[in-house]
Amino acid sequence: MTDFYSGFWGVFITVIVIVSLIWLGVLLKSQAVIKLKKGEKAEIIDHKWDGDLQEYNNPLPGWWLWLFILTIVFAVGYLALYPGLVLFGNAKGWTSVGQLKQEVAKADAKYGPIYDKYAKLPIAQVAQDKEAREMGQRLFYTYCIQCHGADARGAKGFPNLTDSDWLYGGTPEKILETIEKGRHGQMPAFGAAFGEEKVRDVANYVMQIAGKPHNELRASRGQATFQQVCVACHGADGKGNKDVGAPNLTDKVWLYGGSEATIIETVTNGRNNVMPAWKDFLGDSKVHLLAAYVYGLSSTPVTAAK
Amino acid sequence: MNKAQKLIETHVGWLIVLTITTISVAMLVEILPLMFSKSVTKPIEGVKPYTAVQLAGRDIYIREGCYNCHSQMIRPFRAETERYGHYSVAGESVYDHPFLWGSKRTGPDLARVGGRYSDEWHRAHLIHPQDVVPESVMPSFPWLAAQKVDAEAMPAKMAALRKVGVPYTDADIAGATKAVEGKTEMDALIAYLQGLGLALKNKR
Repeated sequence: MTDFYSGFWGVFITVIVIVSLIWLGVLLKSQAVIKLKKGEKAEIIDHKWDGDLQEYNNPLPGWWLWLFILTIVFAVGYLALYPGLVLFGNAKGWTSVGQLKQEVAKADAKYGPIYDKYAKLPIAQVAQDKEAREMGQRLFYTYCIQCHGADARGAKGFPNLTDSDWLYGGTPEKILETIEKGRHGQMPAFGAAFGEEKVRDVANYVMQIAGKPHNELRASRGQATFQQVCVACHGADGKGNKDVGAPNLTDKVWLYGGSEATIIETVTNGRNNVMPAWKDFLGDSKVHLLAAYVYGLSSTPVTAAK
Repeated sequence: MNKAQKLIETHVGWLIVLTITTISVAMLVEILPLMFSKSVTKPIEGVKPYTAVQLAGRDIYIREGCYNCHSQMIRPFRAETERYGHYSVAGESVYDHPFLWGSKRTGPDLARVGGRYSDEWHRAHLIHPQDVVPESVMPSFPWLAAQKVDAEAMPAKMAALRKVGVPYTDADIAGATKAVEGKTEMDALIAYLQGLGLALKNKR
């Protein structure tokens, strides 16, 4: 075996194992010399423990002896077929990785055609298929619910996938792109640049365009700042920009929360939101099914009615 | 009673010596040769010693007993590689002293958790896991965000690891305190988690 730094270790292991096996056989034989005839009693060992405890020198029980012999025979057979005795190699050519590859090949042969069937269809059509949606749901449960939740409604900082509001776009193509390549939504921190007062003003302007109760004076001051700075990503009307994942600020959907305190926190510290890329990990056919499932969550009446 | 039997059964010293000898055979065959095996002692490509921050996080991982519920050992079975990624190989753990393979999974395996979630997810999850995974039975670790890492202790820890073979340079050790200074335990733990298993990431 080449994995050892020197050939010595192969010899070392082989010799110790073979000598041990022979030694066990000899030991067993030496301990099996006492045989009792029917009715005969074993001698009493001439030693007393704790004053009056004594024991018979009985022979080894037959069932036990034979089990021991069986383990030795098994060891010989096992070591002959599987890697163990380094010098004798690996008669069956078994490796744990080889076993995994077989297992995967078998699964691919079984499940591959099912995935292939859907991989050829457009996502919007796959989303209508009951079986495909069930498969997609299983995948979603394994890989996606940690952030987006088992109901796909997300959590603070993790988008709800069941509504019609999308950060990067809700077309099949965009959803596929999001899953394949991941997303990195970045909002810079403005706390230092704006100062506390200005941040509060901007927050109130955001609340104004979102149609929430706000402080008029602050909002009108905040508007100027918004139109200078925030406009770059969120747009002049505050409706966001799907190309950079800037959220629409005028609706009722909030990724982090729409209270004054939370908006101030967002503007002050910025936000850094990462969705990992799944293309390499899951492969094309699974991503395709997942995209269809996610697309179906908000677009097909069956699931949307949930 | 024959002589050998008498010797062993009536002299406890011999009993001890022979028992140890018998147990040692297994260790000589199964453990000792591994210390001279390439795949066990050499890092695979891409495996680097932990940075000071990651190392601090690793110690918090150990202190909080994360290994009691999370293994870091993806076995070469399809059911595991589908869920967690490429199976673990020995060369990924050469700088782990002690290794944290674990033996029990109440929570998922973490051998390749690096990059799987965002830092923000980890933060929310560690403070209160049920905020992001309502079904979770994991306890909350909110104090991690409030406590600062003991930066002064880092150089000594890294020097100790160097003695058992982790190739830290003098500069690594000298800069350890500064690198960790001001970081919360949460920051350190997340840095550690985000670095786990990257060498064979995104492969199944």
